Amino acid sequence: MPWLSILMAVPVLGAVGVALLPKGSDKLAKQLALAVSLVVLALTVAMAVQFSPDGNRFQFEEKYAWIPSFGVHYGVAVDGIALVLIALSAVLVPIVILASWHDAEGATRLDLKSEVVPPKRSAKTYFALLLVLEAMMIGVFAATDIFLFYVFFEAMLIPMYFMIGSYGGVQRSYAAVKFLLYSLFGGLLMLVAVIALYVVAEKDTFMFPELIGAIQDPTTQKWLFAGFFIAFAIKAPLWPFHTWLPDAAAQAPAGAAVLLVGVLDKVGTYGMLRFCLELFPEASKFFTPLVIVLSVVGIVYGAIVAIGQTDMKRLIAYTSISHFGFIAMGVFAMTQNAQSGATLYMVNHGFSTGALFLLAGFLIYRRGSARIADYGGVQSVAPLLAGAFLIAGLSGLSLPGLSSFVSEFMVLIGTYERYAVPAIIGATGVILAAVYILWMYKRTMNGPTAEAVKGFTDLDGREKWVVAPLIAVIIALGFFPKPVLDVINPAVDQTLTNAQVTDKQPVSTVAEKKGAGQ
Amino acid sequence: MTTHYLVLSALLFAIGGVGVLLRRNAIVVFMCVELMLNACNLAFVTFARQHGNLDGQLIAFFVMVVAAAEVVIGLAIIVMIFRTRRSASVDNANLLKY
Amino acid sequence: MQSPAEIVSHAGGVTGVSWLMIALPLFGAAVLLLGGRRTNAWGHFFGVAMSLGAFAVAVVTFVELLGLQPEQRRRDIGLFEFIPGMVDLGMLIDPLSISFALLITGVGSLIHIYSVGYMSHDRDRRRFFAYLNLFVAAMLLLVLSDNYIGLFIGWEGVGLASYLLIGFWQHKPSAATAAQKAFIVNRVGDFGLLIGIFTIWTTFGSLAFADLTHEVAGQASEGTLTAIGLLLLLGACGKSAQLPLQSWLLDAMEGPTPVSALIHAATMVTAGVYLVVRSGAFFEAAPTAQLVVTIVGVATLLAGAIIGCAKDDIKKGLAGSTMSQIGYMMLGAGLGPAGYAFAIGHLITHGFFKANMFLGAGSVMHAMNDEVDMRRYGALFPVMKITAVTFIVGYLAIIGFPLLSGYYTKEGIIETAMHHNQILGWLAVLGAGLTGFYMSRMVFMTFFGKKRWADDAHPHESPAVMTWPLIILAIGSIGLGAFLVLGNRFMNFLSPAVGLPQPADMPEPHVFGVGTAALATLALVAAGAAFAWFRYGAAEVPAVAPRASFLTTFARRDLYGDALNEALLMRPGQWLTRIAVFFDNRGVDGLVNGLAAGIGGTSGRLRRVQTGFVRSYALSILFGAAAVVGALLYVGNI
Repeated sequence: MPWLSILMAVPVLGAVGVALLPKGSDKLAKQLALAVSLVVLALTVAMAVQFSPDGNRFQFEEKYAWIPSFGVHYGVAVDGIALVLIALSAVLVPIVILASWHDAEGATRLDLKSEVVPPKRSAKTYFALLLVLEAMMIGVFAATDIFLFYVFFEAMLIPMYFMIGSYGGVQRSYAAVKFLLYSLFGGLLMLVAVIALYVVAEKDTFMFPELIGAIQDPTTQKWLFAGFFIAFAIKAPLWPFHTWLPDAAAQAPAGAAVLLVGVLDKVGTYGMLRFCLELFPEASKFFTPLVIVLSVVGIVYGAIVAIGQTDMKRLIAYTSISHFGFIAMGVFAMTQNAQSGATLYMVNHGFSTGALFLLAGFLIYRRGSARIADYGGVQSVAPLLAGAFLIAGLSGLSLPGLSSFVSEFMVLIGTYERYAVPAIIGATGVILAAVYILWMYKRTMNGPTAEAVKGFTDLDGREKWVVAPLIAVIIALGFFPKPVLDVINPAVDQTLTNAQVTDKQPVSTVAEKKGAGQ
Repeated sequence: MTTHYLVLSALLFAIGGVGVLLRRNAIVVFMCVELMLNACNLAFVTFARQHGNLDGQLIAFFVMVVAAAEVVIGLAIIVMIFRTRRSASVDNANLLKY
Repeated sequence: MQSPAEIVSHAGGVTGVSWLMIALPLFGAAVLLLGGRRTNAWGHFFGVAMSLGAFAVAVVTFVELLGLQPEQRRRDIGLFEFIPGMVDLGMLIDPLSISFALLITGVGSLIHIYSVGYMSHDRDRRRFFAYLNLFVAAMLLLVLSDNYIGLFIGWEGVGLASYLLIGFWQHKPSAATAAQKAFIVNRVGDFGLLIGIFTIWTTFGSLAFADLTHEVAGQASEGTLTAIGLLLLLGACGKSAQLPLQSWLLDAMEGPTPVSALIHAATMVTAGVYLVVRSGAFFEAAPTAQLVVTIVGVATLLAGAIIGCAKDDIKKGLAGSTMSQIGYMMLGAGLGPAGYAFAIGHLITHGFFKANMFLGAGSVMHAMNDEVDMRRYGALFPVMKITAVTFIVGYLAIIGFPLLSGYYTKEGIIETAMHHNQILGWLAVLGAGLTGFYMSRMVFMTFFGKKRWADDAHPHESPAVMTWPLIILAIGSIGLGAFLVLGNRFMNFLSPAVGLPQPADMPEPHVFGVGTAALATLALVAAGAAFAWFRYGAAEVPAVAPRASFLTTFARRDLYGDALNEALLMRPGQWLTRIAVFFDNRGVDGLVNGLAAGIGGTSGRLRRVQTGFVRSYALSILFGAAAVVGALLYVGNI
């Protein structure tokens, strides 16, 4: 069964169906979109249980010639890393659809003069775009042909551009254009590198597995690495390529922001792990110190700037920049623990930041403002909302027992095995995270209830259904990350083998006893 | 021996070029374009003779066909412009700027 | 690595299901939080029941453990694989952990019961019990875990519970701020603990306590071990409010009083001592780290005592005293196996008498409309006899009145310290004298002297649900110390977990206080108490604090700890944040936007070339054509 093609086809067909509905059938459009995304989720689960971690590296492989004269294929397959990221997308989309139920309706429920809620727009277009985006997110992680990957990488921008540009806040067009230009700039560099890779490798194919080890010359590797890496660093985003993210995430509607930060940006770190390391191992080692420095700067810098934000969504966006620093650091630390941790971090970050964005969205929907200073004392009137926000925030600050802790711990301990000083500096992010999350929580949720907050209602049924699965996943993965790690670990092993690095072993005898277990 | 033809062709082309650049009346500009095309035709035919094959003549026919089509479209445009603006000066039709 | 199933099979009986100890209160917390208002009616009883259930499991496990030969009293119960290839979550039942478990569930249950009465007027009582249950579960995970990860999860879990409970009355900005401060200061300590765990992992390749024996630790260089020790100590300082991370504890008194008793006196704040003792293998091989532990302990025990001397807020006075007593424990923990039994013993007796006094203070506050200023108390003895008597028992225990609990355990620490290092010993004696002063001051100001009550105060004895826990705790405060220390009972019991000391490290036994140190301590305590009587018992106490000398102000302001933090960390931090935000908006983003604006400006100028005149376009085409032809000719000529 061509699982991956079906996974992509279903949302595309769903999107067409949603778009073709007659005018005025917004409600039906939402229900249809939700149903389609749930079908995708069910299919993903069905596929995931058939995945065998000990089997071949790439499974559910499909390969058809697309442009034979250039050796371009429609090639899709997944390994453990891609699988968990596809699963992340499949879980997040239905939640986002449910959370965005009223996003396109504008500020209908509010008599407040609103600065952040955009005017009424076509709901069915919004949900059709969401479904198209879902198909592309699945495609980008599944692509094994580098050209196909590039196509998805660029095509993903289009639905997101419209979601920000038409459905976002006041500065939506500025943010959307900035987002598009940044991404296109990176994309073009990558295109050059993709073509150069094809030409230099002389394998007459764009298939990723066949290109591993094709480039041996260190200088060529460095140039090609740079082309790919800058594209991914902008996408991720790594410091100092990050400034598009706060604008885009703050202006995008909450649901789009979740997909933007939760999934789209992961393509950057995923690309580093998959393409940069395996295709250009020598260059990766050469650039590792630089990348580690950028990551560490990003961790600390993102956290410090987050502390100083006055806008909730911008704050969350800056925390993500800090978190992406952790992920990139884990990828380039090149140890089993760090890379597994980084991959797990990609998943966990999607859930915890997703939950934060969505809850911030609920707050903004009620109050009509994203400014932290406009809130206060929400916990007294809406305890559930506040409690959920606290749990999501605590996951953001990597509280043990919640999912992010496992990944952050693995990234740091794995980095520490090889690069102790960056890991220690990175670990100060643990302190800073507590400052930005708890301070935001205190200013919005604690203290005397602000006048404008008094009329807040607590989470309604739909919103509970949005929040509950996210929190359930966050707690479950916090205590029992093994199922996900078992899927990730073999793939990371393979990556490290292809990147030609081996783990450092501890000196003591305990390690020798245990070494076999790894 | 063919030099004279080529010189004539060059002269005609230059006259046409100058006309296109300097004249304002669209009809005259148009005629100057035709003049340049025909100067090219002359050159093609001359080269055909010089090299002793028919390639140049063939292309001259192509040019004539294209010129005929161009006349049809071009004149239609000029007539339309004249109708709306009561003027056939090319400098007046300058809305498509910046 | 043994599979969990194999390990479980070693542990039969109730010990095999001792994970219920953690699961029961966790289940309680989950039910109360998820159940919402539906559980309001019975939620507090459910919380108490879950805590008592955990206590029952702990007692049975303890009895089973006692039934074993001493060398077998160390049972590992694997639960499940946590991070494959790195660590499995499991429980370690040994004398050390079970002592803590009994203290946590025992005192915890009493405080649960007390809270039923204390919180009866609060509309969020259910949520309070949910958090208390959560705390008990996390604290048990901390002490019962068989590896550093599980310990760290519990460590942060109690931090979360503490955050939630300090900020329980979150509508008060001061409470919310105190909660946040506690969490963030603790995070600084956690940072140290984390790096310490990293170093352990990279050095030894394991995080399980069972693997990290003395022999294994001995393979590493002393520098590494010192580093591990100091990093773990930083973690311990955060959680246990030792210098220099002490500042959060006094603010933490914003929480409801049972919370102060349970978390910020009896159990959570002692987790640092547990960590140091549990990591004894590293500390004992790193004398420098041990020395730092003792110095931190002594510095904190003096600082806490000095702060305690000047506080008028009864809870803050007790908090200073807690700091000071944990300083003693830390000092003991830094003395190696000779001090462990006394440190842990003092920890347990302190758990009783300090919880007793905190709950007593809560009882007083309950009676006095939540007034905390001791200058507004006075002469309360006649109106609340049970509270007063139990409080005084706790008071006598803490100052080390002969034959009461605190006497045995604290005296043990002081004498071992004296034997180890004279300077440390004498400073500890001085601390004991200060304890005598500030605790006497508290008792005299609260229960004796003249009435200085507010006009609307009508003090009365608290209900039985609150006084019975006080009575039980008071009994523990009287007898527990003698029970543990006499005949080295506790030291022998703990030895399978922490080892026995070398005889040379032990001071000569002075059970009835005949040593110099004991005599000096008693003399100083008596002097302190007498001075307190002279100042606060016999003399008039002004209802408003008078202007004080430099030294008193120094103590009132918590030794300027907050001012120091503000000047060294907060203000530079705020500046840094502001600069970073400015730099990000103007610098990084400004560069990008500047580039965009530059391109926009250039194209704005360039577009003027498009004049709309056909003839000028034609001219440029002509030039272009000429240039191309010229270029071709030029190239052709080369």
